Amino acid sequence: MKRFLIPLAVFLVLVVFLAVGLKRDPREVPSPLVGKPAPEFRLDTLATPGKQFSPADMRGQVWLLNVWASWCVSCRAEHPLLVAFAKQGGLPIVGLNYKELRGDGEIDMKKVPAGDEAGLVRQRAGAWLARHGDPYALSVLDMDGRVGIDYGVYGVPETYLIDKKGIIRFKQIGPITPEALEQKILPLARQLAGEAS
Amino acid sequence: MKRALACLLTAAVLGTAGASLAADATPMAEDPAVEARLVVISEELRCLVCQNESLAASRAELADDLRREVRKLIRDGKSDPEIRDYLVARYGDFVLYRPPVKPTTWLLWFGPFVLLVGALVGLIAYLRRRSASLAPTALTAADKAAAKALLADPGTDNPPKHNA
Repeated sequence: MKRFLIPLAVFLVLVVFLAVGLKRDPREVPSPLVGKPAPEFRLDTLATPGKQFSPADMRGQVWLLNVWASWCVSCRAEHPLLVAFAKQGGLPIVGLNYKELRGDGEIDMKKVPAGDEAGLVRQRAGAWLARHGDPYALSVLDMDGRVGIDYGVYGVPETYLIDKKGIIRFKQIGPITPEALEQKILPLARQLAGEAS
Repeated sequence: MKRALACLLTAAVLGTAGASLAADATPMAEDPAVEARLVVISEELRCLVCQNESLAASRAELADDLRREVRKLIRDGKSDPEIRDYLVARYGDFVLYRPPVKPTTWLLWFGPFVLLVGALVGLIAYLRRRSASLAPTALTAADKAAAKALLADPGTDNPPKHNA
């Protein structure tokens, strides 16, 4: 009897490891940016050409930076939750419109004159928000995805919770689920709201 | 000097002839030295979208963007470790196909050797025990007598069953 115990124990350990491995989502790569200052940028807003936004403008507030695009299917899945959340007025959400044209595989960028890109982006992104609701305090245009690289964006949507000092405290990869909002983002945001800026 | 002149001449000729084609030239041809370094660096980097492909091989759009970024860093004169650090700062150690040796990766790096040593120790212990249990034991006088009797008188032995 005793001689079977060791192989049995090894087998059980293996089963536990494999079971945990099955549950983990390989697409969720822990971000090295959590705990680090949100990378600085200065981008044009969607609403007003020429008006710019920078994360420094949000100093002293706890806020969400949500990466989205009108071609992103998961963003649409996530969107009603954001709209409902914005209505409650919990946290200001800033949208980072990520590669609105260049990220859309169906658009041949060679056919888009360089000067027309911003206008087309505003038109498409604006129409999408008009149709599905606009939860954003404002959205900025990251047309070439440069800011996305600084934020380590690799799969839209992604959402960053940023504290009063401008430090990224949490990153949601993929759409925000009601569970993630209730169990992770909101409790952390409440705690951060109590911190000094 | 002659070579430089020849280059200039060729460039002038090509410049006029190829002006219309220039727009279609891919960035691949821009600078062979940069491309060579790009390939060396990006083969060791993982594409985050299609996680089992290297940044050099991936056709994902993000990989395109990141290759462009790495090209820019190469032209800015950044060293290979600096470029890797740039990407690790944004995407984490996960982008490296060769993860750094640090406490959280000790198991990854040294685990196989620990397993190997453990298996060797177990094997040696097992072989020792086995050879001890198989050591020849001396025959008693009675055993010897019995063996002798059996060998000396085969006729009285029970015949093997298959002969019956």
